[in-house]
Amino acid sequence: MKEILAFENVRLTYHTRQGEVTALKGLTFSLREGEFAAMIGPSGCGKSTVLSLAAGLLQPSEGKVALHGSIGYMLQRDELFPWRTIEKNLYLPLEVQKKNTPERRERALALAEKYGLAGFLKSYPSELSGGMRQRAALIRTLVMEPDLLLLDEPFSALDYQTRLLVAADVARIIRGEKKTALLITHDISEAVSLADRIFVLTARPARLLSAHETDFCSSDPLKRREEPRFSGWFEKLWRELNP
Amino acid sequence: MKHERRHESISLEHQNYLRRGKKKSILVNAVRLGLLLFLVGLWELVTALGWADPFLVSSPSRIAKTIASLYTEGTLFYHIGVTLSETLIGFAAAVLLGLLVALLLWWSEVLRRVLEPYIVVLNALPKIALGPLIIIWCGTGSRAIVFMTILVTVILVILHMLSAFLSADGGKMLLLKSMGASKAQMLIKLILPSSLPAFVSMLKVAVGMSWIGSIMGEYIVSRAGLGYLIVYGGQVFKLDLVMAATVILCFLAALMYFLVALLERKLLKS
Repeated sequence: MKEILAFENVRLTYHTRQGEVTALKGLTFSLREGEFAAMIGPSGCGKSTVLSLAAGLLQPSEGKVALHGSIGYMLQRDELFPWRTIEKNLYLPLEVQKKNTPERRERALALAEKYGLAGFLKSYPSELSGGMRQRAALIRTLVMEPDLLLLDEPFSALDYQTRLLVAADVARIIRGEKKTALLITHDISEAVSLADRIFVLTARPARLLSAHETDFCSSDPLKRREEPRFSGWFEKLWRELNP
Repeated sequence: MKHERRHESISLEHQNYLRRGKKKSILVNAVRLGLLLFLVGLWELVTALGWADPFLVSSPSRIAKTIASLYTEGTLFYHIGVTLSETLIGFAAAVLLGLLVALLLWWSEVLRRVLEPYIVVLNALPKIALGPLIIIWCGTGSRAIVFMTILVTVILVILHMLSAFLSADGGKMLLLKSMGASKAQMLIKLILPSSLPAFVSMLKVAVGMSWIGSIMGEYIVSRAGLGYLIVYGGQVFKLDLVMAATVILCFLAALMYFLVALLERKLLKS
């Protein structure tokens, strides 16, 4: 399968007046088209930096980041613009990328319809529940038709119950649209339940500690949590992160 | 779902709650009006009974008479018009200029850092100290007063709006950047709309500052206007005139504030 994102021996150093901090050093990994990958690591190890590099918002201090295609970024909070209706929020990427054509708007509306947002198009974000808002944020990301979805702990701002449901929801939509995704999370069980491939990072300066292919029967995160091997995966990754 | 709640029929308990709230606001309004009538009445009574010298403290009836005579002389609306136009022109110019400068400072970090000490000093400087300079530069007409109004108001507009522009949500900026937004797009899609509440609250403060500027300007140089009436009245010891002009000023300032508040409700409805 085609490679969509490749990090090759990447180092990234942040410079501030107080000094310099090396977030990543010698990080190498690659992502194939159609994969749902998760990246976990100790908190503060520079996971979000990986996404910023992948999105081209940061340039590596050393090494190479190769991206073949376009990206869509989904953040911790939904970041829906409160003064826009859900419909206008969905059009935001089209406006920014100067692709605001009737056909594309129609496609956006079709996506909204397909994933149950049709009744909320004229509502403002404040009128939606947290789960619905995150779903709207995902649709907004999909409207750009990105080749690679970058998910920066997109469920961490939700309460536990909602988090499980929204994670399942988002996974279903991403798999339904056959998108490639890279999920950053500090939650091992979230990574195990969602991803086909899991990258484990070391503490700062982060490099790749290990990469795993999960072997679940189901792709539904809620069903995966019920499978017997779920706890095995959890334990294995827990040990790697807490040796 | 949250948005369905408001369509539910109103329960008895809620009706009672609303009624209590309404009662309270009627009470507040009644006491407000009562307090005004009481103070005005007390003022009139104290001067009528000779407990206080109306020559020094004036009185409501003398103020009303003064306003009436200004009206019959035909100069009432002339003075109001002069001050009002100076204030409004100064206000509008200060808001436009301030917005423009705030935008430039938001756009360029270097410019912002270069100009920061200048703005801080200008903000701290009592603008009345520039009075003699203003007279020499702008003459003794309305131009000087408009200039003073702008000077007093513009720094506030700049500081208020710049801090609003700079406090835009970091997550939303990151989102727009990831979409490949240019700086101009950031401005139009995020910075300006998210600064709307700050803009309206700035207008409220700027209205007050503009009145300070225009009256201060009229104190220094003027041949007409409410500030002129106050200074003139003070010089010739006609306190009725001073009080009359002050009362008119109160009305105008309140009216302008009310208009801005109305604008606020309209703009921030959603």
